[in-house]
Amino acid sequence: MSGYFAALSAADILVELAEKNPNLVLLTQDFGPIGAFTPRFPERHFDVGISEQNLIGVAAGLAHAGKLPFVLAMAPFVSMRGFEQIRDDCAYNRNNVKIIAPFAGLEAGPWGATHHAQEDIALLRTIPGLTLLSPADPGESKRAVRAAASIDGPVYIRLGFMSPIDGYDVPFTVGEAVTLRDGSDVTLMATGGCVATALAAHATLAAAGVSAAVVNQHTLKPIDRAAVERAARSPGRIVTIEEHSIHGGLGGAVAEILAEIGTGRLARVGIRDTFCTEVAPYPDLLRIYGLDAAAVEKAAKHLVIS
Amino acid sequence: MNDPATIRSLERRAATVRRHIISVAAAQYSHLGGAMSCADLLTALFFHALQLDGHGPRDHFLLSKGHAVTALHACLAERGLIDAAELPASGQLGSRLGGHPTHRAPGVEFATGSLGHALSVGIGIALAEQLSRTRARTAVLLGDGELQEGTVWEAALCAPRFGLENLVAIVDYNRFQAGGAVDEVLPLDPLADKWRAFRWNVIEIDGHDMAAIVDALARVPAAKGPTAIIAHTIKGKGVSGVEGTARAHYTMLTDEEARRALVALEAIQ
Repeated sequence: MSGYFAALSAADILVELAEKNPNLVLLTQDFGPIGAFTPRFPERHFDVGISEQNLIGVAAGLAHAGKLPFVLAMAPFVSMRGFEQIRDDCAYNRNNVKIIAPFAGLEAGPWGATHHAQEDIALLRTIPGLTLLSPADPGESKRAVRAAASIDGPVYIRLGFMSPIDGYDVPFTVGEAVTLRDGSDVTLMATGGCVATALAAHATLAAAGVSAAVVNQHTLKPIDRAAVERAARSPGRIVTIEEHSIHGGLGGAVAEILAEIGTGRLARVGIRDTFCTEVAPYPDLLRIYGLDAAAVEKAAKHLVIS
Repeated sequence: MNDPATIRSLERRAATVRRHIISVAAAQYSHLGGAMSCADLLTALFFHALQLDGHGPRDHFLLSKGHAVTALHACLAERGLIDAAELPASGQLGSRLGGHPTHRAPGVEFATGSLGHALSVGIGIALAEQLSRTRARTAVLLGDGELQEGTVWEAALCAPRFGLENLVAIVDYNRFQAGGAVDEVLPLDPLADKWRAFRWNVIEIDGHDMAAIVDALARVPAAKGPTAIIAHTIKGKGVSGVEGTARAHYTMLTDEEARRALVALEAIQ
Protein backbone atom coordinates (compact mmCIF):
# COMPACT_ATOMS: atom_id res chain seq x y z
CA MET A 1 0.00 0.00 0.00
CA SER A 2 1.34 3.42 -0.85
CA GLY A 3 2.08 5.77 2.01
CA TYR A 4 -0.53 8.07 0.55
CA PHE A 5 -3.24 5.45 0.82
CA ALA A 6 -1.99 4.59 4.29
CA ALA A 7 -2.41 8.27 5.11
CA LEU A 8 -5.92 8.31 3.70
CA SER A 9 -6.75 5.26 5.71
CA ALA A 10 -5.27 6.99 8.75
CA ALA A 11 -7.69 9.84 8.00
CA ASP A 12 -10.43 7.48 9.16
CA ILE A 13 -8.81 7.66 12.58
CA LEU A 14 -8.87 11.45 12.32
CA VAL A 15 -12.63 11.32 11.81
CA GLU A 16 -12.96 9.27 14.97
CA LEU A 17 -10.67 11.66 16.89
CA ALA A 18 -12.44 14.72 15.47
CA GLU A 19 -15.83 13.45 16.61
CA LYS A 20 -14.51 13.55 20.18
CA ASN A 21 -12.33 16.65 19.90
CA PRO A 22 -13.97 19.73 18.34
CA ASN A 23 -10.56 21.42 18.18
CA LEU A 24 -9.08 18.91 15.71
CA VAL A 25 -8.57 20.44 12.26
CA LEU A 26 -6.95 19.09 9.10
CA LEU A 27 -4.56 21.08 6.90
CA THR A 28 -3.39 20.01 3.47
CA GLN A 29 -1.46 21.37 0.51
CA ASP A 30 -3.32 20.89 -2.78
CA PHE A 31 -4.67 17.45 -1.88
CA GLY A 32 -8.40 17.83 -2.58
CA PRO A 33 -10.93 16.10 -0.30
CA ILE A 34 -9.36 13.69 2.19
CA GLY A 35 -10.95 10.28 2.69
CA ALA A 36 -13.82 10.23 5.11
CA PHE A 37 -12.68 13.43 6.86
CA THR A 38 -13.64 16.14 4.40
CA PRO A 39 -17.21 14.94 3.78
CA ARG A 40 -17.79 14.67 7.53
CA PHE A 41 -16.03 17.91 8.58
CA PRO A 42 -15.82 20.22 5.55
CA GLU A 43 -15.55 23.28 7.80
CA ARG A 44 -12.56 21.79 9.62
CA HIS A 45 -10.44 20.95 6.56
CA PHE A 46 -8.27 23.74 5.18
CA ASP A 47 -6.17 23.45 2.05
CA VAL A 48 -3.58 26.22 1.77
CA GLY A 49 -2.38 25.32 -1.71
CA ILE A 50 1.18 24.53 -2.70
CA SER A 51 3.05 26.34 0.07
CA GLU A 52 4.71 24.08 2.64
CA GLN A 53 6.28 26.87 4.67
CA ASN A 54 3.01 28.74 5.00
CA LEU A 55 1.28 25.43 5.71
CA ILE A 56 3.38 24.68 8.78
CA GLY A 57 3.30 28.29 9.98
CA VAL A 58 -0.50 28.32 9.77
CA ALA A 59 -0.65 24.98 11.60
CA ALA A 60 1.58 26.39 14.36
CA GLY A 61 -0.73 29.40 14.70
CA LEU A 62 -3.80 27.19 14.94
CA ALA A 63 -2.12 25.13 17.66
CA HIS A 64 -1.00 28.31 19.44
CA ALA A 65 -4.64 29.41 19.62
CA GLY A 66 -5.81 26.08 21.03
CA LYS A 67 -6.63 23.96 17.99
CA LEU A 68 -5.21 20.49 17.31
CA PRO A 69 -3.97 20.68 13.72
CA PHE A 70 -3.12 17.56 11.73
CA VAL A 71 -1.16 18.37 8.59
CA LEU A 72 -1.13 16.05 5.60
CA ALA A 73 1.73 16.90 3.25
CA MET A 74 4.27 15.13 1.06
CA ALA A 75 7.34 14.02 3.01
CA PRO A 76 10.09 15.37 0.73
CA PHE A 77 8.60 18.86 0.52
CA VAL A 78 7.23 19.36 4.00
CA SER A 79 10.40 18.06 5.67
CA MET A 80 12.78 20.20 3.64
CA ARG A 81 10.84 23.33 2.64
CA GLY A 82 8.95 23.29 5.92
CA PHE A 83 11.96 22.43 8.06
CA GLU A 84 12.52 25.84 9.61
CA GLN A 85 8.82 26.26 10.36
CA ILE A 86 8.77 22.83 11.99
CA ARG A 87 11.85 23.78 13.98
CA ASP A 88 10.95 27.36 14.98
CA ASP A 89 7.17 27.65 14.88
CA CYS A 90 6.25 24.13 16.04
CA ALA A 91 9.10 22.79 18.20
CA TYR A 92 10.83 25.92 19.54
CA ASN A 93 7.50 27.62 20.23
CA ARG A 94 6.11 24.34 21.63
CA ASN A 95 3.09 24.08 19.39
CA ASN A 96 1.09 20.90 19.16
CA VAL A 97 1.20 20.20 15.41
CA LYS A 98 0.91 16.69 13.94
CA ILE A 99 2.39 16.14 10.50
CA ILE A 100 1.41 13.07 8.49
CA ALA A 101 3.94 12.72 5.68
CA PRO A 102 3.29 10.23 2.88
CA PHE A 103 5.68 9.61 -0.05
CA ALA A 104 8.56 9.01 2.35
CA GLY A 105 11.57 7.13 0.97
CA LEU A 106 11.52 6.17 -2.70
CA GLU A 107 7.79 5.64 -3.03
CA ALA A 108 7.49 8.29 -5.73
CA GLY A 109 9.65 5.96 -7.87
CA PRO A 110 10.15 7.24 -11.42
CA TRP A 111 8.98 10.73 -10.49
CA GLY A 112 12.61 11.07 -9.59
CA ALA A 113 15.00 12.29 -6.94
CA THR A 114 13.19 15.59 -6.34
CA HIS A 115 10.26 13.55 -5.06
CA HIS A 116 12.25 11.05 -2.98
CA ALA A 117 12.43 11.71 0.78
CA GLN A 118 15.75 10.19 1.81
CA GLU A 119 16.87 12.76 4.37
CA ASP A 120 13.78 13.61 6.43
CA ILE A 121 14.77 11.40 9.39
CA ALA A 122 18.26 12.92 9.51
CA LEU A 123 16.88 16.45 9.40
CA LEU A 124 14.03 16.08 11.86
CA ARG A 125 15.97 13.95 14.33
CA THR A 126 17.94 17.08 15.27
CA ILE A 127 14.89 19.05 16.42
CA PRO A 128 14.46 19.16 20.22
CA GLY A 129 10.99 18.23 21.42
CA LEU A 130 9.83 16.68 18.15
CA THR A 131 8.55 13.11 18.11
CA LEU A 132 9.35 11.18 14.93
CA LEU A 133 7.25 8.11 14.16
CA SER A 134 7.76 5.66 11.30
CA PRO A 135 5.13 2.91 11.40
CA ALA A 136 5.67 -0.40 9.63
CA ASP A 137 2.35 -1.13 7.97
CA PRO A 138 -1.08 0.41 7.33
CA GLY A 139 -2.52 -0.91 10.58
CA GLU A 140 0.36 0.47 12.60
CA SER A 141 -0.01 3.79 10.76
CA LYS A 142 -3.48 4.14 12.21
CA ARG A 143 -2.18 3.29 15.67
CA ALA A 144 0.62 5.86 15.23
CA VAL A 145 -1.88 8.58 14.32
CA ARG A 146 -3.89 7.77 17.41
CA ALA A 147 -0.72 7.85 19.55
CA ALA A 148 0.32 11.17 17.99
CA ALA A 149 -2.97 12.77 19.01
CA SER A 150 -2.26 11.98 22.65
CA ILE A 151 1.26 13.42 22.64
CA ASP A 152 1.59 17.01 23.88
CA GLY A 153 4.01 18.37 21.29
CA PRO A 154 4.85 18.28 17.60
CA VAL A 155 4.91 14.89 15.86
CA TYR A 156 6.03 13.86 12.37
CA ILE A 157 4.65 10.57 11.08
CA ARG A 158 6.68 9.19 8.20
CA LEU A 159 4.71 7.09 5.75
CA GLY A 160 6.36 5.35 2.82
CA PHE A 161 5.22 2.39 0.78
CA MET A 162 4.23 -0.38 3.16
CA SER A 163 2.80 -3.89 2.87
CA PRO A 164 0.35 -5.16 5.48
CA ILE A 165 2.13 -7.50 7.89
CA ASP A 166 0.00 -10.59 8.58
CA GLY A 167 -1.19 -10.83 12.15
CA TYR A 168 0.70 -7.72 13.26
CA ASP A 169 -1.51 -5.92 15.75
CA VAL A 170 0.46 -5.01 18.86
CA PRO A 171 -0.24 -1.89 20.93
CA PHE A 172 1.72 1.16 19.75
CA THR A 173 3.82 2.64 22.53
CA VAL A 174 5.88 5.67 21.52
CA GLY A 175 9.58 4.98 22.04
CA GLU A 176 9.21 1.21 22.49
CA ALA A 177 10.52 -0.91 19.64
CA VAL A 178 8.64 -4.12 18.81
CA THR A 179 10.38 -7.47 18.44
CA LEU A 180 8.62 -9.44 15.71
CA ARG A 181 11.05 -12.37 15.53
CA ASP A 182 13.65 -13.65 17.94
CA GLY A 183 17.07 -14.65 16.62
CA SER A 184 20.51 -15.51 17.96
CA ASP A 185 22.93 -14.59 15.15
CA VAL A 186 21.96 -11.10 14.05
CA THR A 187 19.28 -8.48 14.68
CA LEU A 188 17.54 -6.94 11.69
CA MET A 189 16.49 -3.53 12.97
CA ALA A 190 14.14 -1.85 10.54
CA THR A 191 11.74 1.05 10.28
CA GLY A 192 8.71 1.81 8.11
CA GLY A 193 7.96 -0.49 5.17
CA CYS A 194 11.45 -1.98 5.58
CA VAL A 195 10.13 -4.02 8.52
CA ALA A 196 8.31 -6.23 5.99
CA THR A 197 11.56 -6.47 4.00
CA ALA A 198 13.33 -7.59 7.18
CA LEU A 199 10.69 -10.26 7.75
CA ALA A 200 11.22 -11.57 4.22
CA ALA A 201 14.98 -11.65 4.81
CA HIS A 202 14.42 -13.41 8.14
CA ALA A 203 12.78 -16.30 6.26
CA THR A 204 15.52 -16.70 3.64
CA LEU A 205 18.23 -16.36 6.29
CA ALA A 206 16.55 -19.08 8.36
CA ALA A 207 16.61 -21.36 5.34
CA ALA A 208 20.33 -20.66 5.09
CA GLY A 209 20.86 -21.47 8.75
CA VAL A 210 21.14 -17.91 10.04
CA SER A 211 18.94 -17.02 13.00
CA ALA A 212 17.86 -13.38 12.64
CA ALA A 213 15.80 -11.35 15.08
CA VAL A 214 13.53 -8.69 13.60
CA VAL A 215 12.96 -5.46 15.53
CA ASN A 216 10.64 -2.68 14.43
CA GLN A 217 11.96 0.74 15.45
CA HIS A 218 8.69 2.56 14.79
CA THR A 219 9.82 5.54 16.86
CA LEU A 220 12.96 7.21 15.55
CA LYS A 221 12.88 10.05 18.07
CA PRO A 222 13.04 9.27 20.90
CA ILE A 223 14.60 6.04 19.61
CA ASP A 224 14.37 2.93 21.80
CA ARG A 225 17.96 3.09 22.95
CA ALA A 226 17.58 0.13 25.31
CA ALA A 227 16.51 -2.10 22.40
CA VAL A 228 19.63 -1.05 20.48
CA GLU A 229 21.86 -1.72 23.49
CA ARG A 230 20.32 -5.16 24.05
CA ALA A 231 20.90 -6.13 20.41
CA ALA A 232 24.43 -4.71 20.53
CA ARG A 233 25.27 -7.01 23.45
CA SER A 234 23.42 -10.04 22.13
CA PRO A 235 23.64 -11.15 19.39
CA GLY A 236 26.13 -8.29 18.99
CA ARG A 237 25.42 -7.82 15.29
CA ILE A 238 22.85 -5.34 13.95
CA VAL A 239 21.71 -4.68 10.41
CA THR A 240 19.71 -1.46 10.14
CA ILE A 241 17.24 -1.23 7.26
CA GLU A 242 15.60 1.99 6.15
CA GLU A 243 14.35 3.68 3.02
CA HIS A 244 16.52 6.68 3.78
CA SER A 245 20.11 7.75 3.48
CA ILE A 246 22.46 5.65 5.60
CA HIS A 247 23.68 9.00 6.92
CA GLY A 248 21.78 10.36 9.86
CA GLY A 249 18.75 8.09 9.79
CA LEU A 250 18.10 4.87 11.68
CA GLY A 251 21.56 3.54 10.75
CA GLY A 252 23.15 6.76 11.91
CA ALA A 253 21.18 6.78 15.16
CA VAL A 254 22.16 3.17 15.93
CA ALA A 255 25.80 3.87 15.01
CA GLU A 256 25.86 6.74 17.51
CA ILE A 257 24.63 4.46 20.28
CA LEU A 258 27.08 1.63 19.43
CA ALA A 259 29.97 4.07 19.37
CA GLU A 260 29.01 5.39 22.79
CA ILE A 261 28.64 2.00 24.46
CA GLY A 262 31.68 0.60 22.65
CA THR A 263 30.18 -2.71 21.69
CA GLY A 264 28.32 -4.32 18.81
CA ARG A 265 28.90 -4.46 15.08
CA LEU A 266 26.75 -2.77 12.49
CA ALA A 267 25.85 -2.93 8.82
CA ARG A 268 23.61 -0.26 7.37
CA VAL A 269 21.17 -1.06 4.59
CA GLY A 270 19.86 2.16 3.10
CA ILE A 271 20.53 4.64 0.35
CA ARG A 272 24.27 5.13 -0.03
CA ASP A 273 25.65 8.59 -0.74
CA THR A 274 23.69 8.98 -3.95
CA PHE A 275 20.55 10.34 -5.56
CA CYS A 276 18.39 7.55 -6.94
CA THR A 277 18.53 8.72 -10.54
CA GLU A 278 17.78 5.44 -12.34
CA VAL A 279 14.34 5.64 -13.95
CA ALA A 280 12.33 2.67 -12.74
CA PRO A 281 9.18 1.72 -10.88
CA TYR A 282 9.43 1.65 -7.11
CA PRO A 283 10.15 -2.10 -6.58
CA ASP A 284 12.97 -1.97 -9.14
CA LEU A 285 14.49 1.07 -7.44
CA LEU A 286 14.65 -0.91 -4.19
CA ARG A 287 16.60 -3.65 -5.96
CA ILE A 288 18.87 -1.27 -7.90
CA TYR A 289 19.78 0.76 -4.81
CA GLY A 290 20.23 -2.24 -2.49
CA LEU A 291 17.12 -1.90 -0.33
CA ASP A 292 15.39 -5.24 -1.01
CA ALA A 293 15.35 -8.46 1.01
CA ALA A 294 18.28 -9.85 -0.99
CA ALA A 295 20.40 -6.87 0.06
CA VAL A 296 19.42 -7.38 3.70
CA GLU A 297 20.24 -11.09 3.49
CA LYS A 298 23.64 -10.33 1.99
CA ALA A 299 24.47 -7.72 4.63
CA ALA A 300 23.39 -10.03 7.45
CA LYS A 301 25.40 -13.00 6.16
CA HIS A 302 28.47 -10.84 5.71
CA LEU A 303 28.17 -9.63 9.28
CA VAL A 304 27.68 -13.14 10.67
CA ILE A 305 30.58 -14.81 8.85
CA SER A 306 33.12 -11.98 9.05
CA MET B 1 -12.47 61.07 15.51
CA ASN B 2 -9.90 60.48 18.19
CA ASP B 3 -9.91 62.21 21.48
CA PRO B 4 -6.89 64.59 21.36
CA ALA B 5 -6.07 63.80 24.98
CA THR B 6 -5.84 60.08 24.14
CA ILE B 7 -3.50 60.79 21.25
CA ARG B 8 -1.32 63.07 23.40
CA SER B 9 -1.17 60.40 26.07
CA LEU B 10 -0.09 57.79 23.53
CA GLU B 11 2.55 60.17 22.14
CA ARG B 12 3.95 60.62 25.64
CA ARG B 13 3.94 56.86 26.12
CA ALA B 14 5.77 56.38 22.81
CA ALA B 15 8.43 58.83 24.01
CA THR B 16 8.89 56.72 27.14
CA VAL B 17 9.11 53.54 25.03
CA ARG B 18 11.82 55.24 22.95
CA ARG B 19 13.72 56.21 26.10
CA HIS B 20 13.71 52.55 27.16
CA ILE B 21 15.03 51.55 23.73
CA ILE B 22 17.81 54.13 24.06
CA SER B 23 18.74 52.72 27.47
CA VAL B 24 19.74 49.55 25.61
CA ALA B 25 21.40 51.32 22.67
CA ALA B 26 23.50 53.42 25.04
CA ALA B 27 24.78 50.30 26.80
CA GLN B 28 25.50 47.98 23.88
CA TYR B 29 25.08 47.38 20.16
CA SER B 30 21.45 46.67 19.25
CA HIS B 31 18.98 46.86 16.37
CA LEU B 32 18.20 50.45 17.33
CA GLY B 33 16.87 51.75 14.03
CA GLY B 34 14.10 49.21 13.50
CA ALA B 35 13.03 49.42 17.13
CA MET B 36 12.73 53.21 17.04
CA SER B 37 10.92 53.18 13.70
CA CYS B 38 8.13 50.95 15.05
CA ALA B 39 7.89 52.51 18.53
CA ASP B 40 4.76 54.53 17.70
CA LEU B 41 3.10 51.52 16.06
CA LEU B 42 3.81 49.26 19.04
CA THR B 43 2.68 51.90 21.49
CA ALA B 44 -0.65 52.25 19.69
CA LEU B 45 -1.06 48.47 19.61
CA PHE B 46 -0.08 47.79 23.23
CA PHE B 47 -1.72 50.77 24.91
CA HIS B 48 -4.78 51.44 22.80
CA ALA B 49 -5.80 49.13 19.96
CA LEU B 50 -5.29 45.63 21.32
CA GLN B 51 -7.07 43.97 24.21
CA LEU B 52 -4.22 42.08 25.84
CA ASP B 53 -5.58 41.32 29.28
CA GLY B 54 -8.71 41.59 31.34
CA HIS B 55 -11.97 39.97 30.37
CA GLY B 56 -13.28 39.05 26.95
CA PRO B 57 -11.36 37.75 23.94
CA ARG B 58 -7.67 38.43 24.11
CA ASP B 59 -6.09 39.90 21.00
CA HIS B 60 -2.78 38.63 19.63
CA PHE B 61 0.47 40.36 18.71
CA LEU B 62 3.37 38.81 16.82
CA LEU B 63 6.62 40.67 16.19
CA SER B 64 7.62 39.12 12.89
CA LYS B 65 10.63 41.47 12.64
CA GLY B 66 12.01 39.94 15.83
CA HIS B 67 15.19 42.03 15.81
CA ALA B 68 13.07 45.04 16.90
CA VAL B 69 12.83 43.24 20.23
CA THR B 70 13.92 46.21 22.33
CA ALA B 71 10.74 48.05 21.27
CA LEU B 72 8.69 45.03 22.35
CA HIS B 73 10.52 44.72 25.66
CA ALA B 74 10.05 48.46 26.23
CA CYS B 75 6.29 48.05 25.80
CA LEU B 76 6.28 45.05 28.13
CA ALA B 77 8.13 47.16 30.68
CA GLU B 78 5.51 49.89 30.35
CA ARG B 79 2.84 47.25 30.88
CA GLY B 80 4.59 46.24 34.09
CA LEU B 81 5.45 42.72 32.92
CA ILE B 82 9.19 43.32 33.14
CA ASP B 83 11.28 45.92 34.90
CA ALA B 84 12.64 48.73 32.70
CA ALA B 85 15.88 48.45 34.69
CA GLU B 86 16.41 45.02 33.09
CA LEU B 87 16.62 46.49 29.59
CA PRO B 88 20.25 47.76 29.48
CA ALA B 89 21.51 44.27 30.43
CA SER B 90 19.57 42.56 27.62
CA GLY B 91 21.53 39.63 26.23
CA GLN B 92 23.88 39.49 29.20
CA LEU B 93 24.34 36.40 31.36
CA GLY B 94 21.31 35.92 33.57
CA SER B 95 19.03 38.30 31.65
CA ARG B 96 15.66 37.02 30.53
CA LEU B 97 15.67 39.48 27.64
CA GLY B 98 17.30 38.13 24.49
CA GLY B 99 18.25 39.67 21.18
CA HIS B 100 15.01 38.39 19.68
CA PRO B 101 11.66 37.70 21.38
CA THR B 102 11.70 34.48 23.41
CA HIS B 103 9.36 32.85 25.89
CA ARG B 104 11.74 33.69 28.72
CA ALA B 105 10.38 37.24 28.69
CA PRO B 106 6.90 37.43 30.21
CA GLY B 107 4.35 38.80 27.78
CA VAL B 108 6.05 37.62 24.60
CA GLU B 109 3.35 35.75 22.71
CA PHE B 110 5.50 34.07 20.07
CA ALA B 111 9.26 33.58 19.75
CA THR B 112 10.55 34.96 16.45
CA GLY B 113 13.86 35.81 14.85
CA SER B 114 14.16 34.12 11.49
CA LEU B 115 12.32 36.47 9.16
CA GLY B 116 9.18 35.65 7.22
CA HIS B 117 7.55 33.34 9.76
CA ALA B 118 4.95 35.23 11.77
CA LEU B 119 2.43 36.23 9.11
CA SER B 120 1.67 32.54 8.47
CA VAL B 121 1.46 31.95 12.22
CA GLY B 122 -0.85 34.95 12.47
CA ILE B 123 -3.09 33.43 9.81
CA GLY B 124 -3.33 30.25 11.87
CA ILE B 125 -4.21 32.21 15.00
CA ALA B 126 -6.78 34.35 13.17
CA LEU B 127 -8.26 31.23 11.60
CA ALA B 128 -8.54 29.56 15.01
CA GLU B 129 -10.29 32.63 16.44
CA GLN B 130 -12.62 32.74 13.44
CA LEU B 131 -13.43 29.03 13.94
CA SER B 132 -14.10 29.65 17.62
CA ARG B 133 -16.31 32.62 16.65
CA THR B 134 -14.48 35.05 18.92
CA ARG B 135 -13.90 38.70 18.09
CA ALA B 136 -10.20 38.48 18.92
CA ARG B 137 -7.89 40.24 16.49
CA THR B 138 -4.38 39.27 15.45
CA ALA B 139 -1.75 41.88 14.60
CA VAL B 140 1.56 41.02 12.93
CA LEU B 141 4.33 43.59 12.60
CA LEU B 142 6.62 43.02 9.62
CA GLY B 143 9.81 44.73 8.54
CA ASP B 144 10.25 46.05 5.02
CA GLY B 145 13.44 44.08 4.36
CA GLU B 146 11.57 41.06 5.70
CA LEU B 147 9.18 41.29 2.75
CA GLN B 148 12.02 39.98 0.60
CA GLU B 149 11.34 36.56 2.17
CA GLY B 150 9.11 34.51 -0.14
CA THR B 151 7.14 33.05 2.77
CA VAL B 152 5.60 36.48 3.40
CA TRP B 153 3.99 36.28 -0.03
CA GLU B 154 2.81 32.71 0.49
CA ALA B 155 1.03 34.06 3.55
CA ALA B 156 -0.16 37.20 1.75
CA LEU B 157 -1.77 34.95 -0.87
CA CYS B 158 -3.33 32.76 1.79
CA ALA B 159 -4.99 35.17 4.24
CA PRO B 160 -7.67 36.57 1.88
CA ARG B 161 -8.53 32.99 0.86
CA PHE B 162 -9.88 32.43 4.37
CA GLY B 163 -11.53 35.84 4.68
CA LEU B 164 -9.63 36.78 7.83
CA GLU B 165 -11.21 40.13 8.69
CA ASN B 166 -9.66 39.84 12.16
CA LEU B 167 -6.06 39.88 10.85
CA VAL B 168 -3.90 42.95 10.35
CA ALA B 169 -0.38 42.99 8.91
CA ILE B 170 1.58 46.16 9.61
CA VAL B 171 4.66 46.93 7.55
CA ASP B 172 7.26 49.13 9.21
CA TYR B 173 8.49 50.74 6.00
CA ASN B 174 11.61 52.48 7.27
CA ARG B 175 13.47 51.93 3.98
CA PHE B 176 16.68 50.51 5.44
CA GLN B 177 17.89 46.96 6.00
CA ALA B 178 21.19 45.49 7.22
CA GLY B 179 22.89 45.87 3.85
CA GLY B 180 21.78 49.44 3.17
CA ALA B 181 18.78 51.15 1.59
CA VAL B 182 15.93 48.80 0.68
CA ASP B 183 15.66 50.58 -2.66
CA GLU B 184 19.25 49.62 -3.42
CA VAL B 185 19.25 46.06 -2.02
CA LEU B 186 15.91 44.87 -3.43
CA PRO B 187 13.20 47.47 -4.00
CA LEU B 188 9.63 46.79 -2.83
CA ASP B 189 7.68 49.55 -4.56
CA PRO B 190 4.92 49.82 -5.53
CA LEU B 191 4.34 48.17 -2.15
CA ALA B 192 0.72 49.15 -1.46
CA ASP B 193 -0.23 47.98 -4.95
CA LYS B 194 1.34 44.59 -4.25
CA TRP B 195 -0.83 44.05 -1.17
CA ARG B 196 -3.91 45.33 -3.02
CA ALA B 197 -3.19 42.87 -5.83
CA PHE B 198 -3.11 40.11 -3.20
CA ARG B 199 -6.64 41.23 -2.18
CA TRP B 200 -5.86 42.91 1.15
CA ASN B 201 -7.53 46.09 2.43
CA VAL B 202 -4.62 48.50 2.27
CA ILE B 203 -4.17 51.60 4.41
CA GLU B 204 -1.09 53.79 3.94
CA ILE B 205 -0.13 56.06 6.81
CA ASP B 206 2.67 58.07 8.32
CA GLY B 207 3.85 55.56 10.91
CA HIS B 208 4.79 58.36 13.32
CA ASP B 209 1.40 60.10 13.19
CA MET B 210 -0.29 58.67 16.28
CA ALA B 211 -3.77 59.79 15.28
CA ALA B 212 -3.35 58.16 11.87
CA ILE B 213 -2.09 54.93 13.46
CA VAL B 214 -5.01 54.81 15.87
CA ASP B 215 -7.48 55.49 13.04
CA ALA B 216 -5.98 52.77 10.85
CA LEU B 217 -6.05 50.16 13.64
CA ALA B 218 -9.65 51.07 14.42
CA ARG B 219 -10.56 49.86 10.92
CA VAL B 220 -9.79 46.25 11.97
CA PRO B 221 -11.79 44.04 11.71
CA ALA B 222 -12.52 45.22 8.20
CA ALA B 223 -15.77 44.56 6.37
CA LYS B 224 -14.08 42.08 4.08
CA GLY B 225 -10.75 40.28 4.30
CA PRO B 226 -7.49 41.06 6.07
CA THR B 227 -5.98 44.53 6.39
CA ALA B 228 -2.44 45.63 5.54
CA ILE B 229 -1.19 48.88 7.01
CA ILE B 230 1.81 50.27 5.18
CA ALA B 231 3.39 52.54 7.76
CA HIS B 232 5.96 54.94 6.33
CA THR B 233 8.53 55.40 9.05
CA ILE B 234 12.01 56.75 9.70
CA LYS B 235 14.75 54.35 10.70
CA GLY B 236 16.08 55.31 14.12
CA LYS B 237 13.30 57.90 14.60
CA GLY B 238 14.04 60.09 17.61
CA VAL B 239 17.84 59.98 17.56
CA SER B 240 19.11 63.09 15.85
CA GLY B 241 22.11 62.44 13.60
CA VAL B 242 21.36 58.72 13.45
CA GLU B 243 17.76 58.65 12.22
CA GLY B 244 17.28 58.00 8.54
CA THR B 245 20.76 56.54 8.07
CA ALA B 246 22.03 53.04 7.29
CA ARG B 247 24.07 53.11 10.50
CA ALA B 248 20.83 53.17 12.53
CA HIS B 249 20.09 49.50 11.69
CA TYR B 250 22.56 48.05 14.19
CA THR B 251 24.51 50.44 16.32
CA MET B 252 25.55 51.65 19.76
CA LEU B 253 25.04 55.27 20.75
CA THR B 254 27.77 57.46 22.20
CA ASP B 255 27.02 58.98 25.59
CA GLU B 256 26.47 62.34 23.90
CA GLU B 257 24.08 60.91 21.26
CA ALA B 258 22.08 59.13 23.92
CA ARG B 259 21.98 62.18 26.18
CA ARG B 260 20.73 64.47 23.41
CA ALA B 261 18.10 61.96 22.30
CA LEU B 262 16.84 61.54 25.87
CA VAL B 263 16.60 65.31 26.34
CA ALA B 264 14.59 65.64 23.13
CA LEU B 265 12.26 62.79 24.14
CA GLU B 266 11.76 64.19 27.61
CA ALA B 267 10.52 67.41 25.99
CA ILE B 268 7.57 65.43 24.63
CA GLN B 269 6.29 64.86 28.16
